[in-house]
Amino acid sequence: MSSPRIEVAPFRLSGTVYSTLLNHRHSLASLGEAVSSKPYQGAPKNVVLAVKPRPALLAAGGEILVDDESQELEVGATLGLVIGTTACAVASTDALGHVAGFVVACDCTLPRTSHYRPQIRAMARDASFVLGADVVARERAGDPDSLSIRVFVDGELVRSTSTSDQVRSAARLIADISDFMTLRPGDVVLTGSAPDGARVRAGAAIAIEIESVGRLETRVAVADARTSP
Amino acid sequence: MKRARVAYSGAIHEAAPAGADAIRLDDGRVVGEADVVWLPPFEAGTVIALGLNYADHAKELAFKAQDEPLVFLKGPGSLIGHRGATRRPADATFMHYECELAVVIGKPARRVARADAMAHVAGYTIANDYAIRDYLENWYRPNLRVKSRDGATALGPWLVDAADVAAPPQLALRTFVNGRQTQSGNTRDLVFDIAFLIEYLSAFMTLAPGDVILTGTPEGVIDVGVGDEVVCEIEGLGRLVNRIAGDEEFGRGGTASARGEKRESA
Repeated sequence: MSSPRIEVAPFRLSGTVYSTLLNHRHSLASLGEAVSSKPYQGAPKNVVLAVKPRPALLAAGGEILVDDESQELEVGATLGLVIGTTACAVASTDALGHVAGFVVACDCTLPRTSHYRPQIRAMARDASFVLGADVVARERAGDPDSLSIRVFVDGELVRSTSTSDQVRSAARLIADISDFMTLRPGDVVLTGSAPDGARVRAGAAIAIEIESVGRLETRVAVADARTSP
Repeated sequence: MKRARVAYSGAIHEAAPAGADAIRLDDGRVVGEADVVWLPPFEAGTVIALGLNYADHAKELAFKAQDEPLVFLKGPGSLIGHRGATRRPADATFMHYECELAVVIGKPARRVARADAMAHVAGYTIANDYAIRDYLENWYRPNLRVKSRDGATALGPWLVDAADVAAPPQLALRTFVNGRQTQSGNTRDLVFDIAFLIEYLSAFMTLAPGDVILTGTPEGVIDVGVGDEVVCEIEGLGRLVNRIAGDEEFGRGGTASARGEKRESA
């Protein structure tokens, strides 16, 4: 299994991966009137995040794991912002200066019908999440808020979206997160996937392409049932 | 055995208790416990926290106890050691401590059965898992803005070996604000106990040595303000001291000159 190659500082993924939730403009729209009812009682005001624990993360080339042949995962295709310099309480106008580069990420979760509780059983599974092999320097990729994202399953284009559909821009995300949580070199902020991602089972081949950033390929396989000694 | 990690005289040391107010460093020096900088007592991996895991606290917050534990993860920047300071933002109206038993994993745990779970515990420490209720929203609640704030999760002072604590731990737990007791409970009252949590978590997320599970807090949380001293105490584990600091200490709010910034133009 190869490690991600990173062509810009900090050269290795040493930090924490944070995924942004509900950051696609269709995320709330797809919930309809439920947004203003219980338990939500209104749209989120601040950024909504989850921590991706280390065992969830695969190096490029690793396989996404499901428990058995029948289990279905939802594919979250998202841009990752790789932090290059420490960001604490930064203004959005300065925020992108703290980003070293961009990476493609595939974040597979159990399909969720509720967004009320953190649900780490659905979102922090072992081997559920892949980062692309290359981090592309920010200066080379251009504007992170206008990149097309395409998802292929078994070679067929199944989803197509753009980072321009995001509620918070990349700069706004960095600014809002760094107001309460310092981002450090090597941390990765996933800007968020569109709702209703493609569903996959064991055997599926997934590819995600983000314009100017690259292409990530992975497969879904059944985990072995080993327990700890 | 009790172990701490402290910074003293330019280096980080392991330390052990040496009487009432002193500690013994790994190089033999005995120093005052207030003369060192206390770090979290182990190198933490994934920080896992429980909400509503005492029936009385769930009731206090007007929640029904759940059939599945309410678990969330925190970033590593949230951790600080004993005698640290935690920032209270100026706009907060309700910031409260949460005294919790912290369970430190000692060996990898993947799909571990309840009956085998306690063998994966290295030891215990005290956590003070602050929350700012003003920032709660009903989306992936409690969100990281409430629960993964810089320096808002204190751990320590000691990592106490599991061998020194009867399993399951039945330890009295208390919080004092400026010397007045405000919270009291016992770790025997966990809704989901430690063995259950290790079985539950390890079914989908492999636990590694250094991962830590903050097991939740009982009733008795009150608002704390800048300057308050908050002491979380667990029987046999020690006393975890924390101080509430204002925005100014962290270069927030106030004037630019107070933050030490240069003015770019007149």
